[in-house]
Order: sequence, then structure tokens, then C-alpha cells
Amino acid sequence: MKILVTICKNHIAPRFDLTIEVLIATREGKKLGTPFRTILLNRPSAEELCSLIMKEHIDTVICGGIEEKHLKYLSWKKIKVIHSVIGPYAEALKEANDNRLQSGVILSGAVSR
Amino acid sequence: MNPHNFFTLNNIAVSEILNGVPHGIAVVDTDLRLVEMNHSLESHVGCTTTAACGVFVDSILRSSLGHNNQVFHDVLESGVTVSFEGDIINKHHKKIPIQFTASPLKDHNQNTVGIHVLLEDISYLQSVDQKQCSKGCSAEIIGHSPKMQEIFDLMPVLAQTDASILITGETGTGKDMLAEEIHKRSKRSRYPFIKINCGALPESLLESELFGHVRGAFTGAVKDKPGMFRLAQDGTIFLTEIGDLPLPLQVKLLSVLDDKEFFPVGGSHKVKVDVRVIAATHRSLRELVSQGKFREDLFYRLNVLRLYLPSLKERDGDIRLLLDYFFRKINENLNKKIKGFSPKTIEILTSYTYPGNVRELRNIVEYGLNICQGRQITPENLPKYMFTPIPAMKKKAAREEKNFELPRKAHLPVADTPKQGGWTAIEKELILDALKSTRGNRSEAAKLLGWGRTTLWRKIIRHGLA
Repeated sequence: MKILVTICKNHIAPRFDLTIEVLIATREGKKLGTPFRTILLNRPSAEELCSLIMKEHIDTVICGGIEEKHLKYLSWKKIKVIHSVIGPYAEALKEANDNRLQSGVILSGAVSR
Repeated sequence: MNPHNFFTLNNIAVSEILNGVPHGIAVVDTDLRLVEMNHSLESHVGCTTTAACGVFVDSILRSSLGHNNQVFHDVLESGVTVSFEGDIINKHHKKIPIQFTASPLKDHNQNTVGIHVLLEDISYLQSVDQKQCSKGCSAEIIGHSPKMQEIFDLMPVLAQTDASILITGETGTGKDMLAEEIHKRSKRSRYPFIKINCGALPESLLESELFGHVRGAFTGAVKDKPGMFRLAQDGTIFLTEIGDLPLPLQVKLLSVLDDKEFFPVGGSHKVKVDVRVIAATHRSLRELVSQGKFREDLFYRLNVLRLYLPSLKERDGDIRLLLDYFFRKINENLNKKIKGFSPKTIEILTSYTYPGNVRELRNIVEYGLNICQGRQITPENLPKYMFTPIPAMKKKAAREEKNFELPRKAHLPVADTPKQGGWTAIEKELILDALKSTRGNRSEAAKLLGWGRTTLWRKIIRHGLA
């Protein structure tokens, strides 16, 4: 299973459409395979990011704020989107791996960046 | 951090005051972490102050302010209030246009202790702006000057009536476009809009064109022809250069306007038509009447509603607007990457008098964009005629076009009238200039123009210069 996280430094990027860096993690069994792969995008573009998600055969996307059209598109493509997540991406990945991450959550690490 | 203890005013929690404001408000500390937000903002972002307190504000707002909130850092450093437009993504995944106003918060010692961010939802204002634009910038007619605003205000009124309209104004001011726009907004918009240039055809042909003919009316009339008036049935007929309409046809036109019926050329049966007439001219009809070249009764019949299109010189501030508009449009069409005009070019273009009005301005911008090889249009990329003083005769001709109703400012020294024919004429002139300066050496001329020798040869043939 492949998880893509939109990131900005060590945190989840506040906006899907303004993201310029993504991290891709692969879940092998119950563990996340390391090292994670990061991709720098040419420019912030929600459409190009959606294409990348499709091209990489991503199963789950973890992101911050996302527009309805992109959320619907990804859901229609049967990709699970955990959106409006605030906090460090490492913590988000850990929570996602444990199937505890939910949309709209403010992670404990968000307060002490 | 307890947000309710961060700021108090006479023991009243500031949060209570903030909640009374109908816009979103966020209070952040010097690390740009959220301290407080009001109910309005909570409803936008979908979380409470208690949950979001201490979190970096960019994560909460999901705004378009860019990475690391550079704007907020600038406010902290400079201590100056900053206002700018952007957007946020709200809890319903909608992008909301926002006017942000970030002000520094200072303590008693004038030390900046945080920032107060006001978020005004401007989606309504933007929709109003778009509506106003559709009202104030009809199709391709644009302008912000008071005189153009008067036209835009009058247009809906004129569109709703069925009376004849006389549009006057100098050449190149957009009389044709205005007529078409009035037709589009009228109840006749579903029916044809037919334009006839009264100066383009000889009298006999024009009569046949306007009113049609029956078979055998004259040599070559092998079949019935309906004529433009009948083709425009229920629609609008636009008679441009009405001042050039021959006198015998003026009588016939008058009878059409009065009785709404006419005889086609050679016909014995009257034809009834329901057509709205819009006429336009750059000449002074009143002068033509006094010279006996235009019928007074027709003048008064057409002159029911008169619209005067101001020349560019009378349109304060519109030159810059039109320059930018045509620059964007043509730059996009030509798929060029030119950034804009250099300051010196802007100075020249805004001080130029444009005897050919908007048409000339458009041609100049098109010329500049085609010639420019750099990132900015410089004075060297402007047509040479702009820098040549206008001959006295041309000035006189320009004065003759002066509208008879509104007084105009004294004619400033202007350059030659624009070359008609758009880019083709300009290109021909360029080739000639290059050939002249290289004394007819085509290889040198091609180099000068930045074209291949074959390209130059092809263009020479096309323009008939061989």
C-alpha cells in the first residue's frame, strides 16, 4: 500500500493545491518501508499533483486543506483522502499506519513545531 | 497557553469583543502561533480556538499567503499594517476569496507582541465586480473615463427603445462595435444585425443592396434580390458612413423610416419591414445639411437619439487601460513572452494624441509586439510615424472630423495618421525601409529584419514589391 503525504518542511502542507513537496511511503506488512521517497514538484498545481498520485498508484493521500473538486476526483478514483490534517508528517504517517488517522485532526506535534 | 488570558481589556476578555465582529479575526503571537480567533473564523476553518491554540496560523487558515507566512514576518519586522488579497480553503473545501489585513499588536512599551489578522470574505464583492464589468466593459468596449461611463449608462436605455440612433464620433472610436452592442442588448438580438457602409458602393448598387430589386429591373438583374432591409427583418440595420449616402437614396431612406415600407428597385408592390435603424458617421451632419449635401428632414429623423463617442484624447485615463488590454490580448494571441512596456515607452504612448483613436492604439500595440525581440517593448519598437510631426493638411482633415456637438480641446501637435490595413501594411513598410537602408541588398535586408532570405523573398512577392 502506498501513502502520499503533502509536506512543507516537517509538517503536512496546509494546502493541497499549493504543495511543492510530497513524500511517498510504502506500507510493507504492518510497517512503513524506509527510507521514504520525497518528490519536489516543478510548481504548485493541484491538477499535476492528482496526475502524480494516479501515476504512482497511491492508495492513501494525507493532506491539509483540499478543494472539493480535487477531493471528489481522488475519491472517484478510489483513493482514500485523509484531509485537513495538521501536524508533523511523521506523526501523521505513524497514526495512518495504525489506522487511527482521521480527517480534520490536529496532531499533538502541531503545537510544538 | 490560555487564549482568554492573553489579552484583556478592563477585565473583559478580548475574545468577547472579537466575537461581535462579523469578519474572521485571528490573533497570533510573535512565533506566528494562533492565540485567539473569533466565532466567524472558527466557522470558516472548522475548529475551535481551544483546539487550535498554539498551532502555527498557516496550518489553521489554509490560506494562499505562501510558505512561512512571509507577509506576517514582514509585519512583525516593519510594524506596519499590510492589506492584501488572497484566499483560504474553508471547512467545506471551498476556496473563499479573502481580503487579509494584518496589523501589529503592540504593548504599552510599543513592543510588537503579535499580529491581528482580519479576514474579510470578498466573494460577494468579486461577483458584484464581475457584474459591473459586464455592465461597464461591454464586450470589447472598455473604458473607465467619465465620458465612457456615460455611454455605458446610456446603452441599456438605448437598447430597450426602438427609436433610430445616430452615433457620431471620430474615426476609430468604435461606432460599429457600439451599434452591434446595442443590438445585442435589445429585444431584436435574436434577429439579424446587418451592417452597410453607405460610402462603399456607387448609388445604383447601393439602392439595390439596401432595398433589393425585382427580376428584370435592370441589365443583369436575373432574379429577385431581397435587399438588406428585408434581410434585417425584425432585426437592426446599421448604416455606417451615413454622411456619404447619396441624396436620392436619402429620400427613400426617409420614407422607410417614416412609413416602414418601400418599393424595391423596379418593383410595383410595396414591401413592409420592421427594422430598427442605427446610423453612424464621423462627419458633421449639421455641416453637410448647411452645405446641402444631407437632407435636413432625414437628419432630424435619424437624430432621435444621438450618441457621441469621445475620442481618445477626451477619455481621461483610458489610454493606459486600453494599452494594457490590447497588450494582454495580442501578446496571448501571438504566444509571446513579452513582459510589458518600458517606462519610457509608456510615457510616449500615454502622451501621444492618437488621431486614429482606439484603432490606431491597437495597431501600435500590435506593431510593437510583433517587432519586439526582447522582454519589454521599447521606444525603438514603436512605429516611426509616431515621431514625425503631422503635416498641416492632415491636421485640417482631422479637424473636419471634429464632432459638432461637444467642444474639444485644441489639437495638439500630432503625428501622421495611421496606416490602414493593419499588420500587412506595416510589414510592407518594414520591408521597404529595410531595402532602402540596405540599398536594395536583399541578403542584408533579410539580416536586418531577422528573417531568412527566402522568407523575405516570399514576403516581397506577396506584397508585390518584386
